[in-house]
Amino acid sequence: MFKAALIALLLAAAIPTAHAQAPSRQEAPASGFNPTATEVKEQDLLNALSKVEGRISIPDTRAATLIQPAGQTWRDYRRGPLLWITAAIVLGMMALLTLFYLIRGRIRIEGGRGTRTVLRFGAFERFMHWVTAASWCVLAVSGLNIVAGSRVLLPLIGQDAFSTVSGWLKYSHNFLAFPFTSGVVLMLLVWVRHNIPNRMDLEWFRQGGGLFGHRHPHSRKFNGGQKAVFWIVVLGGGALAATGFTLMFPFYITDVTGMQLAQIAHGGVSLLMIGAMLGHIYIGSVGMEGALDAMNSGQVDRKWAAAHHDLWLAEVDAKSTPSGHPAE
Amino acid sequence: MARVKFLCDADRCIDCNACVTACKNANEVPWGINRRRVVTINDGKPGERSVSMACMHCTDAPCAAVCPVDCFFTTADAVVLHSKDLCIGCGYCFYACPFGAPQYPKLGNFGSRGKMDKCTYCSGGPEGADGSAAEFAKYGANRMAEGKLPLCAEMCSTKALLAGDGEIIAQIYRERVLKRGYGSGAWGWQTAYKETVNV
Repeated sequence: MFKAALIALLLAAAIPTAHAQAPSRQEAPASGFNPTATEVKEQDLLNALSKVEGRISIPDTRAATLIQPAGQTWRDYRRGPLLWITAAIVLGMMALLTLFYLIRGRIRIEGGRGTRTVLRFGAFERFMHWVTAASWCVLAVSGLNIVAGSRVLLPLIGQDAFSTVSGWLKYSHNFLAFPFTSGVVLMLLVWVRHNIPNRMDLEWFRQGGGLFGHRHPHSRKFNGGQKAVFWIVVLGGGALAATGFTLMFPFYITDVTGMQLAQIAHGGVSLLMIGAMLGHIYIGSVGMEGALDAMNSGQVDRKWAAAHHDLWLAEVDAKSTPSGHPAE
Repeated sequence: MARVKFLCDADRCIDCNACVTACKNANEVPWGINRRRVVTINDGKPGERSVSMACMHCTDAPCAAVCPVDCFFTTADAVVLHSKDLCIGCGYCFYACPFGAPQYPKLGNFGSRGKMDKCTYCSGGPEGADGSAAEFAKYGANRMAEGKLPLCAEMCSTKALLAGDGEIIAQIYRERVLKRGYGSGAWGWQTAYKETVNV
């Protein structure tokens, strides 16, 4: 009797010991009710919805998103591919333009500048171009600074100075978004009628825009390449404005996932536009004699106009002499 | 010292929000900002759980990786801190953070983002003297310098929220789960530390 009780006691004592030896097994709940049966599981939520959201009692309802692992994907894109894409587009385009300059040189006005000019862009056209262009330059530089400034500029000027500069660039990025957007809208309104693609543009592109050789394809006010620039600016600028204002007013339009996507789109479109605009800036300045006059004084050399925009020049001349007789 | 972490035992959390209040009071957190909050998952349904969440002080912290001005620092205890002198309030850390920790006081124009504020694990800021008035004004309390753990965990009424050496709090949680027989896991650990507490 006593022996049996002792054995039972020893057995009872041995059971917890057995549990202690296998700590990876959970005991049955002491209450008999197992809350695990119905419990919400983090991994299930992440698998099903890719984020965990719930109810929150503080006023800040955006804090109801508990876990969004997509942030890590966004981080991996930002510190990896984005840097390579940026370097490839910016440095690649600059190398390409340098190479083009070395091979083709400056595209001269054949036979040198003439003495007579013709008005190509009025004051308002030039104003809206330069408002857009100037704000775009600051936007591009401040945007590139956000992408790669900590690797390029920070080591040169140190952390405090870099932070101050970046702070001002952030403000300028926010403020200049407005003149940039206005400029794009104005250019759309004023220039869209000259920029409807047609058959002549195909011919222009087929001849390589006259970039190589000395032939000049026919063109009216804007040639095929300039129409491409126009649509890149209008559509690209529109996309940049849409995504940019989404980021500028956080949570007004979309949630954190939407802002991650908006940032990726904003950066991607910006880079394509930076590539295109480097080409535009090159050909409008050092790349071609006489081109900058169009946006500077607005008065271009008639010989330049005859070479690059022959049909436009004819239209202007026809308009200035309503009788139909040539002016000279 | 070791690697400090937070662990919220969701089977103990009763959504009392004392951690939220304690944090706001201890750190004099700016109006409208909650460094810690409690989120209830499946509210009102069977198996609902409440989780107290703040900055998890991640391994390979996404905020630090995406910061355009490199203003983040990791302390010897693996606490992720940021310098408000360097922060420009761009909002990138918020996009990257899996836990929604970074917040911005509405000071600036349009973007209305001032310098970012987040949980410091009650470790003050990365610069200046520990425990100074300037540090308190900018970052809040520096309890770690006084040898104390974050106040949210210290005063949790059900001891659901644990702070301290990651190994030790994981062991405490493991023992609890073994003892009571159930546990919904260490919320956020897989995302923050690429590991979870196996029981």
